[in-house]
Amino acid sequence: MRSPQVPNGGLLSRSRTVAPAGWSRWLVPPAALSVHLSIGQAYAWSVFKPPLEKALGLSGTESALPFQLAIVMLGLSAAFGGTLVERKGPRWAMAVSLLCFASGFLLSALGAATEQFWLIVLGYGFVGGIGLGIGYISPVSTLIKWFPDRAGLATGIAIMGFGGGALIASPWSSRMLESFGADSGGIATAFLVHGLAYAVFMALGVLLVRVPADGWRPAGWTPPTEERAMVSTAQVSARNALRTPQFWCLWVVLCMNVTAGIGILEKAAPMIGDFFADTSTPVSVSAAAGFVALLSLTNMGGRLVWSATSDAIGRKNMYRVYLGVGALLYLLIATTGGSSKPVFVLSALGILSFYGGGFSTAPAYLKDLFGTYQVGAIHGRLLTAWSTAGVLGPLIVNRVADSQEAAGRSGPGLYSLSLFIMMGLLVVGFVAGECIRPVHPRFHEPAAEGGTADAPAGSENGTEVPDGSQQRLA
Amino acid sequence: MAPSSASPDPAAPRRTWLAVLVWLWVGLPFAYGLYELVLKATQLFTD
Repeated sequence: MRSPQVPNGGLLSRSRTVAPAGWSRWLVPPAALSVHLSIGQAYAWSVFKPPLEKALGLSGTESALPFQLAIVMLGLSAAFGGTLVERKGPRWAMAVSLLCFASGFLLSALGAATEQFWLIVLGYGFVGGIGLGIGYISPVSTLIKWFPDRAGLATGIAIMGFGGGALIASPWSSRMLESFGADSGGIATAFLVHGLAYAVFMALGVLLVRVPADGWRPAGWTPPTEERAMVSTAQVSARNALRTPQFWCLWVVLCMNVTAGIGILEKAAPMIGDFFADTSTPVSVSAAAGFVALLSLTNMGGRLVWSATSDAIGRKNMYRVYLGVGALLYLLIATTGGSSKPVFVLSALGILSFYGGGFSTAPAYLKDLFGTYQVGAIHGRLLTAWSTAGVLGPLIVNRVADSQEAAGRSGPGLYSLSLFIMMGLLVVGFVAGECIRPVHPRFHEPAAEGGTADAPAGSENGTEVPDGSQQRLA
Repeated sequence: MAPSSASPDPAAPRRTWLAVLVWLWVGLPFAYGLYELVLKATQLFTD
C-alpha cells in the first residue's frame, strides 16, 4: 500500500537540503564547524562568573548554575531529540540550535539588565542548553554520510570545533567585558552582542549544510564488499541499538575515558604546582596557566588527529590506545611524575589528547557498529555517558583531594590515590571495550525493497510510525 | 537508483570561491583563538 506523500515542508526540510550534482563534500565541514565553534562557547562560561558574582551578589556555586544546567540540557536534548534530528534533517537541527543558543543569550541579556538572575539561568542554561545538545549532534550523521571513507576524520573536524569554541570565546568575551564594563549593564551588552554574533555566525551552517543524494558515493570509492570484522554494512535503529550490549559497552568506555580525562582537567593547575612545589624548579602561577592552555591544545588536537588515525587502524584498536596507554600514562605520573617535569607534562598531554580523541572517535565507532541509518540519534543517547562523567569525574577528584589534604598529605601525595583511581577506571573501560563485538543480526533493520545497504527503510524520505520503526514512503 | 559520485561534472558550477569563503569564515576566528592559546601556553616554558 502506498503511503501519502509528505509535503516538502519549507526551507528547513530535509528534502530541500539534498546536494545538487557536483556539490563538494568539503563544504560540509565548515557548516558543521560554524555550529560547533559557536556552541563550544559553553566551556568559556567561567569568564562571566566573577563579574556576575560581583554585579548580582552571587556565590561561586550560584554563578555556576547556568553552565551546569546548560550541560544537563545538552545531554537531555541530545538523548531525547536525536531521533527528531535524524528525521527533520541537519538544516532544521542547526536552525533550532541557532534559535535556542542565540535567544538564550538574549534572555540572559535581559536578565543581566534587569538584575534577574533566574532569567540568566533560564536563558543560558535551559534554552541555550537545548541549543547545545541539538547543535552538537546536528552535523554528525550528515558528515558520516558524506565521508563514508573517512568517518573518523570528518567527525574529528566537527568535534574539534566544539573544543575550539572555548578558545575563541574566552579571550573574545574577556575583551568585551573590559570594553563594556563588568557591571550588570556591561554584562547585559556583552550577552546581547554574543547572541547576535553567534546567530550570524551559525547562520552559515544553516544555509550551507547539504545531505548527499541517495546512493551518493565519493569519487573512486566503493563500499567494501567483504564484511570487515568490526565494520558492519547492516543498519540498526536507535531504539534497537539501546538493546544491544555493544551500545552499553561503548557507553562505559566513553564514560570511563571522560571521567579519567576530567581527573586531570579539573585539577591541572594546582596539581602541577603541588607536584613540583618542593623541588629546585617550582612552577609559577602563570606557568601553571600555560600548562592548562597546553592541555586544551592537545585536547583539541587529539580530537582531530586520533579520530583520523582511527580510520586507518580501526576504532577498537584506537580505544585500546586511549584506555590502555592512558592507564600506563597515569601510572607513570603516579610513580615518577614528581621527579621529572617533562615526564609529568608529556604524560598529562597524552592523557588529554586521548580524552579528546575518545569524544570524536565515538560517532565513527557507532557508524561501524550500527550503520549510518540513525547514527545521529544513537550518538545523542551515547552522550548521556558524558553527562554522567561530568558529574562523576569532578566528584571523585575533589573528594579524594580533600580527604588527602585532611589526612595531612602534601605534594604529589595529595593526588596519588586519585591517579590510581583514574587508572582503575581506564582499566574498566578497557575491559568494556574488549567486550565489543559485531552486533547480532537480530537487531538489524530489514533491507528496503530495491534499496542499498546504506539506505534501508531510511529516514531520508521516511516517517516514523508509532512503534518506532521506519517505513519508506512511496 | 544508480550511485552518483563526486567525480567532476562539467555542467556543475565550480564553487571554489564559496569553499574559500566558508573555510575563511570558520578558519579566521579559530586561528584567533589558537593564537591566543599559544601565547598563553608559552608561559609554561618562559616562567
